[in-house]
Amino acid sequence: MAAVVATSLAKARRPAAPPRVTHGAPWVRWLLTAVALLFVGGFLLLPLAAVFTEALRRGLGAYFAAFADPDAFAAIRLTLLTAAIAVPCNLVFGVAAAWAIARFNFWGKSVLTTLIDLPFAVSPVISGLIYVLIFGLQGWFGAWLQEHNLQIIFAAPGIVLATIFVTFPFVARELIPLMQAQGSDEEYAAITLGASGWQTFWRVTLPKIKWGLFYGVILCNARAMGEFGAVSVVSGHIRGETNTIPLHVEILYNEYNFVAAFAVASLLALLALVTLGLKTFIEWKHHQALAAIP
Amino acid sequence: MSIEAHDLRKTFGRFTALDGVSLHVPRGKLVALLGPSGSGKTTLLRIIAGLEFADAGSGRILFHGEDVTDVAPVGRKVGFVFQHYALFRHLSVFENVAFGLRVKNRRERPAEEEIVSRVRQLLHLVQLDGLEQRFPSQLSGGQRQRVALARALAVDPKVLLLDEPFGALDAKVRKELRRWLRRFHDEIHLTTIFVTHDQEEALEIADEVVIMNQARVEQVGTPQEVYDRPGSPFVYQFLGNVNVLPDPALAQAGLPSDPPAGVRANGNIYVRPHDIEVGRHVAGAPGIPAIIRHVHTAGPQARLSLEQIQSREPIEAEISRAVVEDLNLQINDLVLLRLRQSRSFAEDYHI
Repeated sequence: MAAVVATSLAKARRPAAPPRVTHGAPWVRWLLTAVALLFVGGFLLLPLAAVFTEALRRGLGAYFAAFADPDAFAAIRLTLLTAAIAVPCNLVFGVAAAWAIARFNFWGKSVLTTLIDLPFAVSPVISGLIYVLIFGLQGWFGAWLQEHNLQIIFAAPGIVLATIFVTFPFVARELIPLMQAQGSDEEYAAITLGASGWQTFWRVTLPKIKWGLFYGVILCNARAMGEFGAVSVVSGHIRGETNTIPLHVEILYNEYNFVAAFAVASLLALLALVTLGLKTFIEWKHHQALAAIP
Repeated sequence: MSIEAHDLRKTFGRFTALDGVSLHVPRGKLVALLGPSGSGKTTLLRIIAGLEFADAGSGRILFHGEDVTDVAPVGRKVGFVFQHYALFRHLSVFENVAFGLRVKNRRERPAEEEIVSRVRQLLHLVQLDGLEQRFPSQLSGGQRQRVALARALAVDPKVLLLDEPFGALDAKVRKELRRWLRRFHDEIHLTTIFVTHDQEEALEIADEVVIMNQARVEQVGTPQEVYDRPGSPFVYQFLGNVNVLPDPALAQAGLPSDPPAGVRANGNIYVRPHDIEVGRHVAGAPGIPAIIRHVHTAGPQARLSLEQIQSREPIEAEISRAVVEDLNLQINDLVLLRLRQSRSFAEDYHI
């Protein structure tokens, strides 16, 4: 759900707002503001409140009991594990891709730039299905994998792969415009001063992009933990084994175990709130850093 | 350390940035690479620095007679100052200057106290004492420029390369800083090449000027040489104002009775405004008859805009204000122009 907040720093970086052009009567302003607030209240705040109200309907005891369930615990563990693998993978890939695209001209650059967006463009269900078609029993490598007793689909590796695919663009998308705007003169300067490639990266490039990178990472993380569609296709929904938090919520809900479903869902809601908080903080820091640049 | 470049070629796709460029910079000289934008001067500088490489198989770069064509920037021991300084924005002035010392490998890296004293010394040299803890964003353009210079000097380069060093500064700071750079060069005597598109800048501070146009070197010489004896129409037009008289037959009237070498009866005749003598029109006297259209007297010299009677072409003359007063020159007066010094070129072409 946090994927919704995927506005980019590149947009936030635009200078001062355009001059005000509202000439309407005051009531127009009030009306528009009221509509916006009602909309936000109805579609965002109300569901959020509902999650916590429903979760706490039978009191704190029932709320925490939902987490004592070993299946819930397993789902949380699997979700953390998935994010712990997917986020670093996409961090490394994102930095490498952004570096390549922003710094070099090479054959196929525009194709790569377009492909990075592919996971945003396709339905998550398709994203999951791709892996079933590749690694599933009827898929390309299915027979080979079975021979070697390796399980990817309906197991943690499949979930991790699908998550990596879905969260692939976040870091790269954030960094490419940032690095393109910053140019590479500082890196060239570092090289003439005798810095090696690694030294240039750690001492010059990384400090330059750190806020953009951090921003991409928290968005990537929020999506990795919250992904439902792609993961649902490859998981197989085996309780206590291949359920992530979103899948576990669905199962609980389908079993009419509303308190437990909302209790676990409240974890994801909290994650979203924390992500939003961090995002605001980073934008603020980033603006400070930018304001310091003349 | 002397720098030599032989027959460098560089193309970016279909664009030719350097087309067989050779260069010799004697040790300890301050040399300007001067040319309009797109003439290849910055590319040449970057190739000398090792930030870019000439097209495969073309040309060589020699530092002090040693071939460095395939050597990485580090191995060349060059200090490079970028056009927009490229200071590390997240590091203080002190750390910017110390950068080159800190990234050395452990065996060569100086001790911390040594780094501190070296940086202090460099900042003193560029007159930035006390600004160690500032960040680049807190400095003026001129100060940033000098931080970039100190940073480049920290690694003890044998050659200093500056890309449009004064390009991003306002006119007044620019003048101060370029004189400062000249004095600075006289103190440290480091072989220095700087790129500029400003002819005034190049002529004022360089020992030698290399004029580039359309990926080639047009002329090399001291400022005096290139200004007084331009080797091509391009140089003539690029260095200062010049009048072009397309019809030599008409211009003949203004030439001295024994035409100096270099003036032929064909091709354009080039004459600088201050090489034109203006006299009252006297029937039968030699000279190109012209009418005064404007007199600009704001400045040390008077500038006259005139129109030649026969060709109706405009021409500019620069004479002292005293002469204007003595002759009582007014708009619409008829005068005679004599060309003290002029040139034409065998292979003329249009720019």
